[in-house]
Amino acid sequence: MDQILINELGDELYQAMVNREAVSPLTERGFAISIDDAYHISLRMLERRLAAGEKIIGKKIGVTSKAVQNMLGVYQPDFGYLTDAMVFNSGEAMPISQRLMQPKAEGEIAFILKKDLIGPGVTNADVLAATECVMPCFEIVDSRIRDWKIRIEDTVADNASCGLFVLGDTAVSPRQVDLVTCGMLVEKNGQLLSTGAGAAALGSPVNCVAWLANTLGRFGIPLKAGEVILSGSLVPLEPVKAGDFMRVEIGGIGSASVRFT
Amino acid sequence: MNRTLTREQVLALAEHIENAELNVHDIGKVTHDFPSMTFADAYDVQWEIRRRKEARGNKIVGLKMGLTSWAKMAQMGVETPIYGFLADYFSVPDGGVIDCSKLIHPKIEAEISVVTKAPLHGPGCHLGDVIAAIDYVIPTVEVIDSRYENFKFDLISVVADNASSTRFITGGRMASLEEVDLRTLGVVMEKNGEVVELGAGAAVLGHPLSSVAMLANLLAERGEHIPAGTFIMTGGITAAVPVAPGDNICVRYQGLGSVSARFI
Repeated sequence: MDQILINELGDELYQAMVNREAVSPLTERGFAISIDDAYHISLRMLERRLAAGEKIIGKKIGVTSKAVQNMLGVYQPDFGYLTDAMVFNSGEAMPISQRLMQPKAEGEIAFILKKDLIGPGVTNADVLAATECVMPCFEIVDSRIRDWKIRIEDTVADNASCGLFVLGDTAVSPRQVDLVTCGMLVEKNGQLLSTGAGAAALGSPVNCVAWLANTLGRFGIPLKAGEVILSGSLVPLEPVKAGDFMRVEIGGIGSASVRFT
Repeated sequence: MNRTLTREQVLALAEHIENAELNVHDIGKVTHDFPSMTFADAYDVQWEIRRRKEARGNKIVGLKMGLTSWAKMAQMGVETPIYGFLADYFSVPDGGVIDCSKLIHPKIEAEISVVTKAPLHGPGCHLGDVIAAIDYVIPTVEVIDSRYENFKFDLISVVADNASSTRFITGGRMASLEEVDLRTLGVVMEKNGEVVELGAGAAVLGHPLSSVAMLANLLAERGEHIPAGTFIMTGGITAAVPVAPGDNICVRYQGLGSVSARFI
């Protein structure tokens, strides 16, 4: 795919996000698009966000659960960038009706790094040693592709369908919690919606962060000290609308909540 | 309580269902022949199966709750879970072997069990009563095995069939309630080394101990109670996973170790 088309598609996705008008799947437009092309499109979209004044504060990993991998027919995760315009604090109102188009909530564990992680060759032990703390998190994913009709290339080009996210009000050292077995429960409007555990994301959220460090390492991109890394959903995605209230609680880590307006 | 079966019919059904278990063959749903059977009738049959086992010299070593997820109850159109009993020969040691030739179509579920240190009486038994009466909690894997064809049943039939009880494996580490948050306690079930199911304690009625309160209240309907020292399996946190000869399973519990078994 040539750079002109890459830029056009990246610009189109950026405009779709800004105008809140979804576009047709890139994979249904009659031209070939590889996963590498898709990452280049996402970088163009990111450049536009940075040019508009946003700052990169971390990265997210997606497609980590078996259910989503089966749905997309891909058996590896993907990633996107997090910016300062995406983050909310626990309990705050999140204006999804002004910011997003077709939002869905997922409960995750966020890693806050204290050291750079530079792949390849990053192990689980490296990830744990480089992690300052883990926090409960809701990621509110959104797709700039109409009706979420995504193939893997569509979601990769669209910054891994990242929307907004909420960090909880507790932070725990990774030395104090078993990230494989820690349980998660998610409530929507006061009712229990789903439960899960750390192993839902590639067997362990730590595996997800190591995968990202190693994948980005091949392109010379580090995970940096101070960055937030969202490690992937531990429960099924849940569509949300203005007026909904959601809460996530993770055993040994804490909770996060968000009100949607 | 509303009953439709005669004493003779209860005895005959108990023998019919227990024979299916003991001789390892499946049967049709009992409600096919007795469509107006009630819950009281079904528990009469279950208690008669229990009496038959005790008369044969088996000891009753605990109780179990079934149908404890809100989703499943809504699907079946009921508002309470069901209970069953556990006989001595249901118990399998941690790391032990389970012989599938003695079972019809076994499945496993990850559960949290408790042992009481004080009696619990319904009606009106609530979470606070239960918390005060718990001695300790311990991880448990339940093996269920419906005696009904293709694991297909209605609620009345499954109550009469002792809530599909057949085997259980306790293991890992015991803990006091002060040490664990049962709602967020995570479980990860692995079959042959691959993660197949996972969840957290809240999947059981929002709190696994709610299940114990409901058990006390259900027993009170028959004038029964939960004695001190009772082992109680609170209900499946995960969906039931079929197992076959050659499978090995391991369920990991947050902070409480793991439970494993092999099926031959």
